[in-house]
Amino acid sequence: MNPSARYDCIVIGAGHNGLTCAATLAGAGRRVLVLEALSQVGGAALTRDFLPGFRVSACAHLLHQMPADLIRDLKLDQHGLAWSARDLPTTAVAAGGAPSAADAAAHAAYLERMRRFAKALVPLFSKVPPRLGTADWSDRLALLGLGWQLRKLGRRDMRELLRIGGMNVYDLLEEQFESDTLKGALGFDAVLGTNFGPRSPGTVLTLLYRLAAQAAAGSGSMAQPTGGLGALCEAMAKAALAAGAEIRTGAPVAHILVEGDRAVGVRLESGETVAGAAVLSSADPKSTFLKLLGTRYLDTGFVRRVRHLRARGLAAKLHLALDRLPVFSGIDAAALKGRLLIAPSLEYLERAFNHAKYGEFSAAPALEITLPTVNDPALAPAGKHVLSAIVQYAPYDLKAGWPAERERFTALCVDTLERAAPGLRASILGTELLTPVDIEREFRTEGGHWHQGELAFDQFFMVRPVPGAAQHRTPLPGLYLCGAGCHPGGGVIGTAGRNAARQVLAVGVA
Amino acid sequence: MSAGLAAQAPHYRQPLLHTPFHARARALCQVESFIPWAGYSTIDVFTTMEQEYFAIRNATTLYDLTPMVKYRIEGADALAFLNRLVTRDVGKLKVDRVAYSVWCNDAGHLIDDGTIFRFSEQDYRLCTAERQIDWLLDSAIGFEVAIEEITAEVAALAVQGPTSCAVLRSAGLAGIETLKPFEIGRFTLAGHAVTASRTGFTGDLGYELWMSPDAALDCWDALMAAGQTRGIRAIGSQALNLARLEAGFIAPNVDFVSAEHTIRTGRDRSPLELGLSWLVDFEKGHFNGRRALLEERARGVRRQLVGLDIAGNKPAHNALLYAAADGKREIGNITSAAWSPTCKRNIALAMVDAPHFAIGSTVWAEIYLNRELVWERRMSRAVVVERPFFAPNRRRATPPGEF
Repeated sequence: MNPSARYDCIVIGAGHNGLTCAATLAGAGRRVLVLEALSQVGGAALTRDFLPGFRVSACAHLLHQMPADLIRDLKLDQHGLAWSARDLPTTAVAAGGAPSAADAAAHAAYLERMRRFAKALVPLFSKVPPRLGTADWSDRLALLGLGWQLRKLGRRDMRELLRIGGMNVYDLLEEQFESDTLKGALGFDAVLGTNFGPRSPGTVLTLLYRLAAQAAAGSGSMAQPTGGLGALCEAMAKAALAAGAEIRTGAPVAHILVEGDRAVGVRLESGETVAGAAVLSSADPKSTFLKLLGTRYLDTGFVRRVRHLRARGLAAKLHLALDRLPVFSGIDAAALKGRLLIAPSLEYLERAFNHAKYGEFSAAPALEITLPTVNDPALAPAGKHVLSAIVQYAPYDLKAGWPAERERFTALCVDTLERAAPGLRASILGTELLTPVDIEREFRTEGGHWHQGELAFDQFFMVRPVPGAAQHRTPLPGLYLCGAGCHPGGGVIGTAGRNAARQVLAVGVA
Repeated sequence: MSAGLAAQAPHYRQPLLHTPFHARARALCQVESFIPWAGYSTIDVFTTMEQEYFAIRNATTLYDLTPMVKYRIEGADALAFLNRLVTRDVGKLKVDRVAYSVWCNDAGHLIDDGTIFRFSEQDYRLCTAERQIDWLLDSAIGFEVAIEEITAEVAALAVQGPTSCAVLRSAGLAGIETLKPFEIGRFTLAGHAVTASRTGFTGDLGYELWMSPDAALDCWDALMAAGQTRGIRAIGSQALNLARLEAGFIAPNVDFVSAEHTIRTGRDRSPLELGLSWLVDFEKGHFNGRRALLEERARGVRRQLVGLDIAGNKPAHNALLYAAADGKREIGNITSAAWSPTCKRNIALAMVDAPHFAIGSTVWAEIYLNRELVWERRMSRAVVVERPFFAPNRRRATPPGEF
């Protein structure tokens, strides 16, 4: 390899984590190259056409977990980031009556308490997880700090947090609320993007985790960048470029190159090789270790753990091009700016999940709906609209196979929407359904799981994605993980990318 | 499943299987001494352990090692797979040669030891003490390799002892005398094709014969007939165990416990601790446990398995070891011990803490003697010595001498 072409750091993947990582490294004076397989940056946070003139954020479609200081540090506003809307409301559609007065009071108390818990979990959320059983003082301090945060909650709150921490969200909400509508809407956030139903163990943890991510982000409110999430990533790319990084799109990596038990660069699918002192992969852990690196550079026990990483997507993405703005029964126009949920009760969610357990899609799916064109009309031709919905549950390994069932599931989703918004069907100009298999193919994420691995107790924090790779370092010197497969996981956060960059800078490999 | 295995009674009727040699071995076993081995009923002692042991060192012995677990490993990546699996460089193993090696988990702790047979560029056999198809299949992820257990498909007979070459030649294995240590050859015995390897667990001149189960009884009979004038004798596991200790070979679950089976922390053993550094090739590229072993090498081993020469003639079975005769500071324990009839030495294998494992160090063994139900305790001086304890030239000589 030509030493003059040698980079300090090669980042695989130009999603928001890869770009954050690259911008941070370049900002610290490292010579950085970002390699992106697709022809545009963004990864699972990209925005693209799905019908001529109709643009959609093809995977994630809302921003609510990216830390404010990350946006500030990367000076994304100077690089073109603008907001179409912030503080977006969440509204339950296709639901029963309004919650009772008792529920309204309970809801306020619940939100307040969960917010306190989430705040206590923020330090856990934002940092590189400590390792257990080391003599390293930073690890011990991090553990102590976590304990202190919990203790600081006070006796009553700490007890409550420890009580609910291992519960399922169904039981938690059942003991606090009366209204099915409210419980369904609150429960939905606990299972969104996961392999869980509301009665699955650990769903309070996933909910707390989501809230902690929002708390760590600062405001935690839902926001919509102008131009979609892709525009956010384009701003990140500009920040990385401004800091001196190079970005090459349409340059898929075929292999991570190893010499003398060190990652020394990558070979592209074109055959070209690029040398780098450190390789940081924002690809999912399974792809990174099993495909790009190859098992022969890893120990069997580690390969076993990577293989057993649960990373099968259960959420599909539905995109509709609409001739006009839909009218949802009983919902005022202001709600259309925000997020609409079709999850009328916890039973509805649990029943939807039952099918997925047995390799079928939900007969009555739950949906998180956004109409991005309400806030950002430029995403569609004048007067037209885009509907973007996350649909659960649509298992990756559908028994009948997606080619056979795609049409039936799309029709089912449209039926569900039609019931909530009569007349919507007649306004459809075009449809795109991305099943987890499609998400796997388009975004090169094995299993099509948008967290690059289930967020569950055994796969998070200091064991995420797997023991032996949970602090961005991997068993192979010079190879690092910087994507959603790392702590703190998926959602458009950027923390994994930033922490990985800091880890590389601290270790001083490059 | 092979025909041989399927023909036997179901496992709930007969929990231990019979090997293809069972009919003959059973008839010769005078003391009803059976032990289970890897799912088979095998013979511990035929007549007396001593008689069988001396046959190993003075004549020829037949030992049924069919229960040894055998895997066929085949495919374009078979070599790459094996090199990632074991600590030795299998690339240096030529076709029709055998190599002894060990393999480790991620932490560099021993999973098992065994032998690798290379039959062609892409066709290998791995012989192991324990079944471990799960570890092998998980190790095969990402390699183009097919792994299959063939234990029941291959009958195996060890023919060991100073007259073994002569016996095999008399039995019709023309050219067996040219077979070098760890070499594989193909022969005909009693009209059956057999594969012979010059390998064994006795540290003596000897061979291992590999054949179809259908050929087992004919081969046994032909060898017994050919060996009549050279003192041939069937032996059980007890006699073999004494011979292997003299040869300095380690035995699984005796001198080490597989890292796949240990429960308590600190009970796993690395090849460096077992004195098998010579099997670990750090230069060949990555293999399971390499990074952990490099760290261990840099740090220095905390303990090591060594040979001991102990004063007196009482075997130091399970004895604790001390730094001084006062028995105050414990520094290890004996894993295998015996009075060696051939060396006329009281020998043992022992796990000894640093720095007492250096060759020439003196340690003290606490030996308990039961004298007509009265226990006596004896502190015996022991010296750390080189292994093997017994290594006759005939073991390596090619062609071996006539007896």
